[in-house]
Amino acid sequence: MGETVHAIIRNYNGDPTRLMDILIDIQSQLGYLSEWTIEQIAKSLDIPKIDVEQTVSFYHFFTKEPRGKYTVYLNNSVVTGFYKVDEIVKTFEKEAGCSFGRVSPDGLIGLFSTACIGMSDQEPAAIINEQVFTRLTPDKVKTLIAGMKDGKTIEQLKGSSYGDGQNANPLMKATVKNHIRKKGEVIFSGDYTAGDALRKIKSAKMSSNDVIDIVKKSSVRGRGGAGFPTGMKWEVARKAQGEPKYIFCNADEGEPGTFKDRVILTEEPKLVFEGMTIAGYAVGARYGILYLRNEYMYMKKYLVSILQDMERDNLLGTAIGGKNGFNFDIRIQFGGGAYVCGEESALIESAEGKRGEPRDRPPFPVEKGYLQKPTVVNNVETLCTVVKIITKGHEWYNTIGTRESRGTKVLSISGDCEEPGIYEIPWGFSVNDILKMTGARDVQAVQVGGPSGSCIAANEFGRTLAYEDLATGGSLIIIGKNRDLLKDVVLNFAEFFREESCGSCVPCRALTGMSKLVMEKIVSGKATVSDIDRLVSWAPIMKKNRCGLGQTALNPILTTIKNFRHLYDEKVKGNSEIINPAFNLAAATADYEAAVKN
Amino acid sequence: MAFVKFIVDGKECMSEEGKQLVEAAKENNIYIPTLCNYPGIPPKGSCRICTVLISGRPATACTTKVTEGMDIQSAVPELESFRKSVVEILFAEGNHFCPSCEKSGNCELQALGYKYTMMVPDFPYMFPKREVEAWHPKLLKDHNRCILCKRCIRGIHNNDGKTLFAYGKRGDKLLINIDPETSKDISDELAQQAMDMCPVGAIIRKEKGFAVPIGRRKYDKMPIGSDVEE
Amino acid sequence: MAKKIIATASLSGCFGCHMSFLDIDAKILDLIELVEFNKSPIDDIKKFTKQCDIGLIEGGCCNDENVHNLLDFRKNCKVLVSVGECAIMGGLPALRNMVPLQECLEEAYLNGPTVRDCNENKIIPNDPELPKILNKVYPCHEIVKIDYFLPGCPPTAELIWNALVTLATGAELKLPYESVRFD
Repeated sequence: MGETVHAIIRNYNGDPTRLMDILIDIQSQLGYLSEWTIEQIAKSLDIPKIDVEQTVSFYHFFTKEPRGKYTVYLNNSVVTGFYKVDEIVKTFEKEAGCSFGRVSPDGLIGLFSTACIGMSDQEPAAIINEQVFTRLTPDKVKTLIAGMKDGKTIEQLKGSSYGDGQNANPLMKATVKNHIRKKGEVIFSGDYTAGDALRKIKSAKMSSNDVIDIVKKSSVRGRGGAGFPTGMKWEVARKAQGEPKYIFCNADEGEPGTFKDRVILTEEPKLVFEGMTIAGYAVGARYGILYLRNEYMYMKKYLVSILQDMERDNLLGTAIGGKNGFNFDIRIQFGGGAYVCGEESALIESAEGKRGEPRDRPPFPVEKGYLQKPTVVNNVETLCTVVKIITKGHEWYNTIGTRESRGTKVLSISGDCEEPGIYEIPWGFSVNDILKMTGARDVQAVQVGGPSGSCIAANEFGRTLAYEDLATGGSLIIIGKNRDLLKDVVLNFAEFFREESCGSCVPCRALTGMSKLVMEKIVSGKATVSDIDRLVSWAPIMKKNRCGLGQTALNPILTTIKNFRHLYDEKVKGNSEIINPAFNLAAATADYEAAVKN
Repeated sequence: MAFVKFIVDGKECMSEEGKQLVEAAKENNIYIPTLCNYPGIPPKGSCRICTVLISGRPATACTTKVTEGMDIQSAVPELESFRKSVVEILFAEGNHFCPSCEKSGNCELQALGYKYTMMVPDFPYMFPKREVEAWHPKLLKDHNRCILCKRCIRGIHNNDGKTLFAYGKRGDKLLINIDPETSKDISDELAQQAMDMCPVGAIIRKEKGFAVPIGRRKYDKMPIGSDVEE
Repeated sequence: MAKKIIATASLSGCFGCHMSFLDIDAKILDLIELVEFNKSPIDDIKKFTKQCDIGLIEGGCCNDENVHNLLDFRKNCKVLVSVGECAIMGGLPALRNMVPLQECLEEAYLNGPTVRDCNENKIIPNDPELPKILNKVYPCHEIVKIDYFLPGCPPTAELIWNALVTLATGAELKLPYESVRFD
């Protein structure tokens, strides 16, 4: 055991900034991170033990106790709840012989729940020992658990029927499906050959300034949701002092309902990596890091092999495309399970082996980012788009989309519709167009841009997806009329944000939990009008949190109060402000009655 | 050294360029309330109470460096109400029972409660289950009172320059742990420094207490920040 | 001007707030010009005999009797004031809120060093006459609407006096810095 730990630490040259990798590798081999292991890591890296522990305890997937030979992480996101997940939970618990949050007495099976794992189009889904199992049914669960009891390997449990496209790649063998319902003109156009943009740069003798110039002229904006102009970001990083510079690709798509990066990385990984390389060329960066969420660990071997292929083909490495001095290497950095790491400065902290706490700005990452060096963080889709812009020209790109929102958007669509999946469409489509496209009927609400976005009602379905109207990072969750919006959706999101707050800023840390309490009161019909008013009054407080997560963490509640006020009013109707309806004397004395009875 | 002019609530101020806004304001006899900030250690901007508006945009004054012509709003109703809310949130989030606290009267959170005349926190009491750690020979860590400001993490180091304190967990389960190894042989002075740096009564030095009676302590007679203001 | 009618109660408190009230000393003579007492330990009136204007509540709710008492006050008083830390946030009794009730009772009656050898039948008091202990100590405003709050342990006599004058006469509330204390 000691040798395993020390060998892994040596792999990373005893570098404390690679703590995430060290923890991931050790846990992958030993199953958990014991006190002893943590002590060894602290000693070898010459850092205090609590420094190791603060990273370990921050991330959802790290554990200090064994979590079973087979560790099940069942998704508990909103969309899972649409598919009778209660039955799945019950079956797991009955068959495994333990409740969720625990390990079976024989140590064989651990049952845990986890936030959205990027499979909202094929729920209910679970991660078992880094592999994904989708479209779970009680029968499937029974077979899985029986297999575990028979000692089957995880490969055997997966069976031999793999997903479409590269999901079936021998290095991935995933049962995950792509569900690409609509291919657009940019990302999934099918006309990409690896090296297209790099060859164009060479043949057209484009300097790094030329690349930035074209990207600026294309007016491409960040696809993560914030919509910052990519060309401008690159230009600032290019001018920033400090070497080496870094390009990060943010593939930590943790926003519930989002899964586009998974499909892009499955089908067009070279497009992503080439995008990072182009960014490296433009900015003058030496290294690229793909920050990939831990939930997508099943892609690791496949993506590593793609990187090796590209290096072999001289699309990565030194003197790329025969251009002397153009050197660029990419490594994959896995996360540990934390939504907040999708925020760029938290992502950088995490890649440095620390807790994923967003940084104060300024300085911005483009000035002082990874290891305090100039760093560009771009979304997966943004980087892909740039490759196409370089290859086909900004004039071509500017013909797609609307005036202020050029190009296409890859949408992750899930929930109550016939064809959930990936849709790449030009900006400018209305929500109604999309509902029609996906075969959605009897729609009550659409959650645009995930829980941190907004929940809209039918009167807004005419609005268009574009930066100038409904900006979105790309997820739409369709909520049917049969759903209890407050209980099934809003409460789930409230719990999500309570769980995912990093805890650094006071308003986010406390109000995510407090608002969930109030929301529970509302859902149970025990709240009053003043409780609703109180939630609304918290909006300006939350706006003063440091990062985007904190600033938007109450959006599920606030946007539904705004757009579905009648649902709230029904819940509080007739409730007294004088005698608190949430206080129940019988319930409050129940513990006493039980204690004196014994 | 370059000097810059800036404006706080309409008052023209002057300070060295690049100085922390909290300090620059202080030099000009303007008090911007702080909790997580502590002079001489790197700012973190986590309590958010020093939030000001710079050209209308919110920013924390502890992490902002002053520049020429900066136009700052601080003691405006929107922000004062926000600051009061932060204080109230902290009182409701933890278990803050002032009458039994050794820090009462010297507590910055309490002092801000006085400054904003908090009569009751307008937030739900969470009554979280938290520990009191008494294993350390020199320090008592009362998690009930901890406001997670990170001052001790940022400001207290042993002779090897190693931290004694670090965060654990996240979100509403966040806590600050003490490292048994790095804190093993700390001096009385460092223990005292840790207690003094703590804005509340979460880090208490053992063996000595209530040397100054309640009623005669720092904020018993004098509002916090009144030494700064003209 | 008609005298305001005032009622007071100590729920789960130590009567310290009532003591502090009496610390207004000679002003008590001014007070009786302003108000008339109804149900209160101060005059030992046990039951409400008329509708009151102001109810002062000391202490939080730790048992069902406290709850009934508080509801009675809410019904009979136009304005309710939480007086002191216990009414406002549970106070000292609420230190038990972090411990499950079963554990508290067992420690108090079965396992504590002063009881473990003398409670032979291992009984947790359960006579029906006894108030039932609540699962936690509740601040008063978690049970009924409270209109005003006077912090302190106890609130200073000055604060209680100033608040009463304001409530009785409508005069502007005076809050000198030293009058508002949490300890």
